Amino acid sequence: MKLVACINHVPDTTAKINVGSDGKSIDRTGVGFIINPYDEFAVEECLRLKEKNGGEVIAVTLGGDAHKETLRKALAMGVDKAVLLKDESVRDSFSVARALADYIKELSPDAIFFGKQSIDGDDAAVGSMVAEMLELPSVSVVVKLEVVGNKAVAEREIEGGHEKVETSLPAVFTAQKGLNEPRYPSLKGIMSAKSKPIEEKTPASVSPKVEVLAMQRPPAKSAGKIVGTDATAVPELVRLLHEEAKVI
Amino acid sequence: MKILAIAEQRDNKLKKTAFEVTKAARAIADQMSAEVVALVIGENTHGVAGTLGGYGAHRIIVVDHPKLKLYSTTAYAKAIAEVAKKEQAAIVVFAATAMGKDCAPRVAVKLDAGIAADCIEIRVSNGDVLAVRPVYAGKVSTEVKVTSPTKIFTLRPNVFSSGTSNGSIAPVEKSEIALSDGDFVSSVKEVTQSSGKIDVAEADIIVTGGRGLKGPENFKMIEDLAAAFGGAVGASRAVVDAGWRPHDEQVGQTGKTVSPSLYVAVAVSGAIQHLAGMSSSKYIVAINKDKDAPIFQVASYGIVGDAFEVVPALTAEVKKLLGK
Repeated sequence: MKLVACINHVPDTTAKINVGSDGKSIDRTGVGFIINPYDEFAVEECLRLKEKNGGEVIAVTLGGDAHKETLRKALAMGVDKAVLLKDESVRDSFSVARALADYIKELSPDAIFFGKQSIDGDDAAVGSMVAEMLELPSVSVVVKLEVVGNKAVAEREIEGGHEKVETSLPAVFTAQKGLNEPRYPSLKGIMSAKSKPIEEKTPASVSPKVEVLAMQRPPAKSAGKIVGTDATAVPELVRLLHEEAKVI
Repeated sequence: MKILAIAEQRDNKLKKTAFEVTKAARAIADQMSAEVVALVIGENTHGVAGTLGGYGAHRIIVVDHPKLKLYSTTAYAKAIAEVAKKEQAAIVVFAATAMGKDCAPRVAVKLDAGIAADCIEIRVSNGDVLAVRPVYAGKVSTEVKVTSPTKIFTLRPNVFSSGTSNGSIAPVEKSEIALSDGDFVSSVKEVTQSSGKIDVAEADIIVTGGRGLKGPENFKMIEDLAAAFGGAVGASRAVVDAGWRPHDEQVGQTGKTVSPSLYVAVAVSGAIQHLAGMSSSKYIVAINKDKDAPIFQVASYGIVGDAFEVVPALTAEVKKLLGK
């Protein structure tokens, strides 16, 4: 099977995010970057499918040199090939999807995996957009996947339950937490990843369709009230919720 | 100018988000001399679709087909795009539900449109529609403009009010869109609902338990409190990773982002990643025996005390108030 995992390089989940000097992007000073957590499930699923069916796994990312760190993480996990679509221009989901779709089209893969969303932009759009651009079916927020031949049955998470979706391959899947347990790279994997080649390509320049006008931190919450220190505070809390907050 | 409002139905009942989206579309339409066309996809949805007139739809279109009873990404995306093109809709609005988030990106590509996703605010400014959306798990938010001629917005559930029907009637038309078997290349075969419990993503009141509860058996009191409020049970990441609660209850950066009217955090310390998922809750109550727990910095009301004493007392008091 030819499998593609699309991954992103994003701020660590513990990072405190501040607005940068341009007022519309984040201040990167001191921010650590990691592989997008949801993309680890995507990479892991590709590796499992390869282990079961044979083939190769290609990890792709769009970004600058810094993104190579995330590609090396994927190589350390065991992907066969890593590709950097080198571009640092401001892109939106549509233009990112276009670059990925143009590259992936040449590969004619059997399945393409994404994380369900990237924890920076939180659009949850790129995977499904790439599928539409490649005219392939897609299933998003996948928590379970069975592939038999060129058919797949995926379970996806919806409000209050799950949907069982049947589709044919090739297809795009976006991974949700719970799909699998991503492996920790072995020391051998980490060491060999350092010297594996990363292919670089230059994607076509595409204008974004969404423009960020401004970025702001949420309004600071004003200090709340400590109502008490034990169960005796409960009647007052309920009174406040009912009469002041009016939420019950 | 037309705004197409995608009204989601499940089991032939319109979801609350269908009314939220239609009402929000109408609020924009009124400022732009535009018409709101609501779209319902499914089988035999004619009857329920009619109710959208009372929530601001000027016209309602129904795409009806037995195979559309359950969701199909490719078929729904095609139907929505075809209707949008036929109506020459300049704006298409979805709810950012599981279905909306799955479908809107494919519709966007079909319509060559940009998407402002998971918006918490949309407004008209100098003839443009601007949107505010949280990014970086809600640690910051951005104000965005969609620059393509056709624009798509997906609205975060439970943020825009659905209000109540004003009783207006709008005509319901059956769409002539034709769908072929190939359009159903991927389709839902079965839907399983978690036994009767409310999903955190749709709840207006959430009670979340954290690691401080010491063990899964102690979640019974969280369930009881949630039931007393008529709300949902949420879980911190630590508790889900420990296997005490299922992942679909997880609130936080790698769980769900929620915006309920009331969020009660019990024995939750308030790590950045958890706050990222719930800090836009209207009111936050924290119950924790550590007075320095970060959760108290975002809580509207707090009790610094033993959850095992406070929670049962709170359940009893809430039941008393609500006459349960």
